Amino acid sequence: MLSYFQRLGATSLGMFERLGRGSVFFVNILLSIPSVIVRPRLLIAQIYFVGVLSFSLIVISGLFVGMVIALQGFYTLSDFGAEGMLGVMVAASLIRELGPVVSALLFAGRAGSALTAEIGLMKATEQLSGMEMMAVDPVARIMAPRFLAGLISMPILATLFSAVGVMGGYFIGVGLLGIDEGGYWSQMQAKIDFSQDVVNGLIKSVIFGWVVTWIAVFEGHDAIPTSEGVSRATTRTVVHSAFAILLLDFILTALMFGDI
Amino acid sequence: MHISRSIEILVGFFVALGFVAMFFLSMEVSNLSSVNGDDGYDITASFENVGSLKVRAPVAMAGVNVGRVTAINFDPETFEAVVTMSIEARYNQLPSDSNASILTAGLLGEQYVGLEPGGEEEVLEEGSELELTQSALVLEQIIGQFLFSSESEEE
Amino acid sequence: MTETSPLIKIRDVHFSRGSKLIFDGVNMDIQRGKVTAIMGPSGTGKTTLLKLIGGQLRPSAGFIEVDGENVHRLRRKQLYLLRKKMGMLFQSGALLTDITVFDNVAFPLREHTNLPESMIRHLVLMKLHAVGLRGARDLMPAELSGGMARRVALARAIALDPMMIMYDEPFTGQDPISMGVLVQLIRLLNDALGLSSIVVSHDVKETCAIADYVYLVSGGKIVEHGSPAQLAESDSEWSQQFMQGMADGPVPFHYAAKEYAKDLLGLEA
Ligand SMILES: Nc1ncnc2c1ncn2[C@@H]1O[C@H](COP(=O)(O)OP(=O)(O)O)[C@@H](O)[C@H]1O
Ligand SMILES: [Mg+2]
Repeated sequence: MLSYFQRLGATSLGMFERLGRGSVFFVNILLSIPSVIVRPRLLIAQIYFVGVLSFSLIVISGLFVGMVIALQGFYTLSDFGAEGMLGVMVAASLIRELGPVVSALLFAGRAGSALTAEIGLMKATEQLSGMEMMAVDPVARIMAPRFLAGLISMPILATLFSAVGVMGGYFIGVGLLGIDEGGYWSQMQAKIDFSQDVVNGLIKSVIFGWVVTWIAVFEGHDAIPTSEGVSRATTRTVVHSAFAILLLDFILTALMFGDI
Repeated sequence: MHISRSIEILVGFFVALGFVAMFFLSMEVSNLSSVNGDDGYDITASFENVGSLKVRAPVAMAGVNVGRVTAINFDPETFEAVVTMSIEARYNQLPSDSNASILTAGLLGEQYVGLEPGGEEEVLEEGSELELTQSALVLEQIIGQFLFSSESEEE
Repeated sequence: MTETSPLIKIRDVHFSRGSKLIFDGVNMDIQRGKVTAIMGPSGTGKTTLLKLIGGQLRPSAGFIEVDGENVHRLRRKQLYLLRKKMGMLFQSGALLTDITVFDNVAFPLREHTNLPESMIRHLVLMKLHAVGLRGARDLMPAELSGGMARRVALARAIALDPMMIMYDEPFTGQDPISMGVLVQLIRLLNDALGLSSIVVSHDVKETCAIADYVYLVSGGKIVEHGSPAQLAESDSEWSQQFMQGMADGPVPFHYAAKEYAKDLLGLEA
C-alpha cells in the first residue's frame, strides 16, 4: 500500500518536473522567435514540412468527414422534416468542433510525430550538441522555426478542413440526396455566425496548433538519446497531444459556447 | 542552407489557399456578408414577454431579413423587456408606426422579430421606439387558455 | 596573458552524473600549439571532460579556464563567442544529415558571417581540400564512410579558423588506412594552422605517435601524465597496463561484483 502511494507520488512529481522543464523550454522558444523572424527562409522551409506535406491528408479527411456528416444528418433530420437544416448541421459541426479537433489530431499524427522523431534523432546523433559547440543555439536554429511553422500551419489546415468538409456535405446533400441548393447555403448563412462560430473555431485551432507543436518539439528535445528513447518520445507526442486536444476542446467549448 | 524556389512557391500557395478557405467560411458559410458592420441604425421596442427570443435573432419584414436583435434588457420600471434591434442602413424607409411581433419560425423553430409596416409618412431612424408590439406566444399559456375556455363552455 | 601560459587550465574539477562520481579533482594544463592526448578506459568520462571544457556541462566544484576565461562564469553570449574559437569533432561526426557535405562545412560560416556566397564557396572548397574531400562536396552524409564523415566534420570544425580543436576518439572503428589519414591530418592541421589540439583516445600506438603530452585518466583522477616517451618508460602500474594493453591491473577486468562463487550459487553477499 505504501509503495502504491510512493509510486503515485513519484509519478506525479515526475509529471510536474516535466511540465516545469517544458515551460522553461517554451519560454526559451519564445525568446528565440525574433531570431526566426529575421530569417524567414528557415520558417518557410518548416511550413513546407509541417504544413504543406499535411495538406493532402487534411483535405481528403475533411472531404470525407463532411460527406459522412451529411449522410448521417440527412437520415436524422428527415425524420423531423428538417432536411433544409442539413447545411447548418454540416457547417456548425465542422466549424465549431470537427475542423479544429480532427485536423489537430491528424496534425499530431502526421507532423507532430515527425517533428519529435527528427529532433530526437538529431539529439541522439549529437547534431544538437555539435551545433552548440559551433556556437549555434539549437533552440533558435531548430526548435523555434518548427514551433512557429506549426503555429501558422494548424489554423490554415483546420480552415481548409472545414471548408472542404462543407463542400463534401454539399456534394452529398445537394448532389446525391437532392436537397434544395439555395436552402443549403441560405440556412447556413442565417445560422452560422462569423464571430461566434468561425472566429471561435479559428481560436481553437490556433490553441491546438500551439499545444501540439509545443509537445512535439519538447518531446524531441527532451528525448533520451537512444533509438528506444526517441521511439518512446514519438509515441508520447501523439498520445499526449491527443489527450491535450480533447481536454482543451472541452474547456474551450464550455467557455466559448457555454452561455448560449 | 538553400531552400529551393519550388518549396517557396508551394508554401505561398498553401498560405493563399488558407486565406481562400477562410474567405469562403466567412462570406459563403457564415453571416459575415449580411452583417454590414455598424452602418445600420438602432431602434427599440418594448414587449410584455419576449419568450425565448435571443440576441442575434433575425428581424424580418415581409419575410426578408432587414436586421438583427442586438440586445435584450429588462426595464425595472415598466416590467417590460426592451429589445434593441439594428436595422440595415439601406432599409431607411420603414414607417415609424410599424408594429413589431415576436414570431416563431415553423412550429418548433427559433423566435424572431417580425415587423409590419404602418401608414405614417415619418420613417424610423436611430433611436426610434416602436409603439405597437405584440408579445411572444407562450405555448403553455395558449394551451392553458384553450383548456380553460373549453371547460367554461361545457358548464 | 602571455603566449606561454597554458591554453586550458583545469583545476580541481569535480563532476557527477546523478549519484555517480565521474571526476574527483582533476588538474590539467593544455599547452598552446601542442597536441595533447587524454587517454583512459571507456566510460571514465573523457567525452564528459570535453563537454566540460566546451561549457556544455558544468562542474560541481573547481574551474576550467580557456584562453584566460573561466568557461562557466561566462554569460551566454560570451560563451558562444568563445565556442567559435573552439572546434570539436564528435565521436560520430555529428554532421547535419539533411544537408550535403558542402552545406555542412558552409553551415558555421553561414551562421556566423555575412560573407557573400562566392566567398563561402571558396572557403568551403579550401577546407574540404585540406581534408582531401573536395570531390565529395555534393554527397549526403549518409553516403559517406565513417572515416570520410569524420574528415568532413574536421573540415567543418576548422571552417571558422579556431584556435583549438578537440577530437573525441577520432580513430575508433576506422580501418588502418583512414586511421593513418586521420593521424596525419591531426598533426598536419595542428602545425600548419597553428592550432592546439586535444585528442581523446584509447588507441595507444596512434595517439602516442602524434601526441606531445599525454594524460592518463582513470577512476575520476589523472593517474599519470608526461610525454609519450616518459610514460613508456614509467614503471607505474597504470602506464604499464594501459600502454601495453594488459587485461588486468589497477584497472580491473571485472566490473565491481559479488564474489564469483557466491554469485553462481545465488547466495547473498
Ligand atoms: N547523459 C548521460 N547521463 C547519465 N550518465 C551519462 C551520460 N553520459 C555519460 N554518462 C556516464 O558518464 C560516464 C562517462 O561517460 P563518457 O564521458 O562518455 O565516457 P568516455 O567518453 O570516457 O567513454 C559513463 O559511465 C556514462 O555511463
Ligand atoms: Mg566517449
